[in-house]
Amino acid sequence: MKDVIIIGAGAVGAFIARSLSRYTVDALIIEKEFDVGDVTSMANSAIAHSGYDPVPGTKKAIFNVKGNRMMKQVSEELDVSFIECGTLTVALYDEQLPMLEELKKRAELNGVPCEILTGEQVIAVEPNISKNVKAALLCPTGGIINPFTLTAHAVENALDNGLHIVFGEEVISIERVDGYFKVTTNKNVYESKVVVNAAGLHSDDIARMIEPIDWSVSPRKGEYYVLNHFKPGFVNHVLFPLPSEKGKGILVSATTSGNYIVGPSSEWVEDKDDFSTDALTLAEVKRQATDMVPNIPFGEQIRVYAGCRATPSTHDFIIEPSKKYKEFLNVAGIESPGLVSSPAIGEYVVEELIKAVLPLEPNPNYNPFIKKYIKPQTMSIEERNALIKENPDYGQIICGCEKVSLGEIKDALSRSLPVNSVKALKQRTRAGFGLCQGGFCQVKVVNILAKSKGVSPLEIKYGREGSEIVIEEVKKEAM
Amino acid sequence: MREVELAIIGGGSAGLAAAVAAYDNGIRDIVILERGAFLGGILNQCIHNGFGLTEFKEELTGPEFAARFIKQVEDRNIEYYLNSVVSNLTEDKVLTYQNSTEGVVQLKAKAIVMAAGCLERSAGAIALPGDRPAGVMSAGQAQLFLNQFGYLVGKRVFILGSGDIGLIMARRMTLEGAKVLGVAELCAWSNGLNRNMVQCLDDYGIPLYLSHTVTKVVGKSRLEKVIISEVDECKRPIPGTEKEFDCDTLILSIGLIPNNGLLNNLGIAQGRSRGSEVDENFETSIPGIFSAGNVLHVHDLVDNVVEEARVAGINAAKYIKGEKLDSEKDIKVTAGNMIGYVVPAKISSIGEDKATFKFRVREPSKNVYIVYTLNGKEIKKVFKPVIIPSEMEIQSLPKSLFNGESGELVVSLIKKEEK
Amino acid sequence: MKELICIVCPRGCRLTVDDDLNVTGNFCPRGAVYGKQEVTNPTRVITSIVRIEGSDLAMCPVKTSAPIKKGNIFKAMEEINKVKINAPIHIGDVIIKDICGEEGVDLVATRNMEAI
Repeated sequence: MKDVIIIGAGAVGAFIARSLSRYTVDALIIEKEFDVGDVTSMANSAIAHSGYDPVPGTKKAIFNVKGNRMMKQVSEELDVSFIECGTLTVALYDEQLPMLEELKKRAELNGVPCEILTGEQVIAVEPNISKNVKAALLCPTGGIINPFTLTAHAVENALDNGLHIVFGEEVISIERVDGYFKVTTNKNVYESKVVVNAAGLHSDDIARMIEPIDWSVSPRKGEYYVLNHFKPGFVNHVLFPLPSEKGKGILVSATTSGNYIVGPSSEWVEDKDDFSTDALTLAEVKRQATDMVPNIPFGEQIRVYAGCRATPSTHDFIIEPSKKYKEFLNVAGIESPGLVSSPAIGEYVVEELIKAVLPLEPNPNYNPFIKKYIKPQTMSIEERNALIKENPDYGQIICGCEKVSLGEIKDALSRSLPVNSVKALKQRTRAGFGLCQGGFCQVKVVNILAKSKGVSPLEIKYGREGSEIVIEEVKKEAM
Repeated sequence: MREVELAIIGGGSAGLAAAVAAYDNGIRDIVILERGAFLGGILNQCIHNGFGLTEFKEELTGPEFAARFIKQVEDRNIEYYLNSVVSNLTEDKVLTYQNSTEGVVQLKAKAIVMAAGCLERSAGAIALPGDRPAGVMSAGQAQLFLNQFGYLVGKRVFILGSGDIGLIMARRMTLEGAKVLGVAELCAWSNGLNRNMVQCLDDYGIPLYLSHTVTKVVGKSRLEKVIISEVDECKRPIPGTEKEFDCDTLILSIGLIPNNGLLNNLGIAQGRSRGSEVDENFETSIPGIFSAGNVLHVHDLVDNVVEEARVAGINAAKYIKGEKLDSEKDIKVTAGNMIGYVVPAKISSIGEDKATFKFRVREPSKNVYIVYTLNGKEIKKVFKPVIIPSEMEIQSLPKSLFNGESGELVVSLIKKEEK
Repeated sequence: MKELICIVCPRGCRLTVDDDLNVTGNFCPRGAVYGKQEVTNPTRVITSIVRIEGSDLAMCPVKTSAPIKKGNIFKAMEEINKVKINAPIHIGDVIIKDICGEEGVDLVATRNMEAI
């Protein structure tokens, strides 16, 4: 009998798990994919929003602002890149100026520091922005964050502190039996006193397994471009147009790795598993982005991607016990600003909702810090040489584009959180994230993963079940 | 900090040829930095034949061609480091490289030859539409898996792009047991060499769909199918022309890009080939930094790569010895009508007795003149019955034609007037 | 009369071979030989890989030392697929003698591979 089962290891499930690991509990995270943060948490704008935008008083506003304030400490404890570069919400036309004032009032009501910059002031800090800029709302506490390691390191921390995780298990039914829940997956049956539904796009499907619900979660797809890290400072802030009913609009931003992203579009889709991109949508993203930043060098484009927002029918985050069972907690509809909100949501779910139904004893071994990842690229040459002398693997570069060493790859492979796929390794270490997109290094990465797991390269997956990269050995007669 | 006379970035065909040429021109203090585990670079995985007809007057495979140059380097005891990745280069020609035995090393060189080759354009770079499953990969990656490790990346294969590596992989995978369903090419013409069309596609009955592109990739985990469509003259897909192919693999052969990040970071101007702008000595705007081979512009024949790198190596040697390279590069060379790019970007009106131009046309043409104009005045025209983008054109002009005049030289393609 | 693209070298000349086996359109004499051969008895050099033991790579590249009959390509592959060699191996080492029974045409190694 588990104390707590968390369904879903996205950013939200990850931070619930991490907050829970402060206590001595028998808790299990069930993830249907082969990696944490593998759906919405990896394909978003990677922004730590300040909280200027949500309607005051909503859960979105409360958790966003709180999450933003927690982010600095969280990023230090979890060794995640977080750059408080500030956001600029840009008015390109005079008729937008009143909206900017509205937004400023909203920001102030949410307790978010902000100021309106004149067009000239904006151009002074953002030389590549459209010369038409009339004014912009600067929110200095907004920033950018590495979404991959944010989720992965939160789970790693939870596992270090005693939680457990299973991958590739999809919950297919949940029953209430004798005061506990029987959770059946495609592979196992578990029993638990408390169940937390953090199943993202599928959280309504999970909630319906125990009772009828009057809300739903719908996939709203966003498509993006990724540009290479061609030079620092092409944009210095996260640049948003003014928000509309379709969301925060198409942004232009650096990422924590120095790349640039442009997007997202906003489109309702039927299939919760639709992450396809299409030429027309991306052309429109490009058009709108170049209104704000005219000279985006799309020749530096290295990838496109799409993610689906888990948009709730209620227009606000759903963070509450189910109607029938106070031990079944729905944490659903966590669309933007979900990434930045997740540490605050995790804390609230544990301290207010789980504690209310489950006595929790502090975990005497709890450590909020993960073991720091060694990042040779941030070191001086002397430090790197000392490191390579001690461990030559840090001298051997595997990914030439992103300069990722074998040592860093082995470090990722040695952690409590397993690396189950090429994509997982890519998101932990950046191997394969560069200009050649793994063209040169993926072969090496497949071989390294196979060796570390003691399996044939034929078994190494790119990401999901069934995503093997090589599918047959030639010349078998000669083996 | 260790000081050397010549540092060569890249131990593939260009780097090795440059090193040998510099050595044979009197330079002894040479270091080659190769990021792979072997000298020879990408040639090691290009196990097909067709290399060396100009250089060695015989037809060799990639590894055999590489071995000849490796031997030349080893016979001269030229120093090289394997598994050594150059991470930084400064204007003062200090480069930083690292490997697991030496650690991080800084090296100050009197001259540098950039010979880092090229890389394959990825699915992301062209925003390949649809899903992003496993089973979509570049031709070179499939080639490496197969030729060095013995793994087939798929059994039912479609190929996007008619670049040579894609055509070569169509044949390789067919011979090793895969079914290749077809090749789609966005252009109305093939981008591979004619011989590869014949011996890689025609020999095995593999259809080529010209003016077609992949308009949808389908597959949540591994590729399940691709949909291709015909495109119009503006390369826009034509609705209603879709064809579906059930396949587990899509091989991309959609172009090569110079791997020139180190020189781009120095702010050296980029030419239309996406390599650095160089003069006729293959010297960049930073004196003593030379660039040659596929990092400068993508070649179709390794024989041309080594020839070019040799010139760069000789000029690097002259630079090191303090011999004056040609005087001021006073003629700017640009690509005119229907010309994709021209190398070099600058030449001297005097000095050497001839100037050599390498360029590609934008589309296949028949009965045309390549016209050279200096400051608007035609100085030479060369008739070409056939000229195609997949074959780099190399032409030389006697410098006497310039009459010592400086200014701008434009290379253009002009259609011969019909009679 | 037959129109062909010469594959002897990357130049890819467009050849015409008439009924009397006269070849035109060739840039070099080898094109004439190829044109005649291609309409009478087409042949190809096969390049492939064979399994190698004791080297740091699993596969050693190979080629036929001369063109073999086009009709023998897949038969040659069957022979190639069965072979296993041991490092060290050197360029030109004969791996299969008289492949497909074609006298004087051997399968040879095309890469030097040291033993580890």
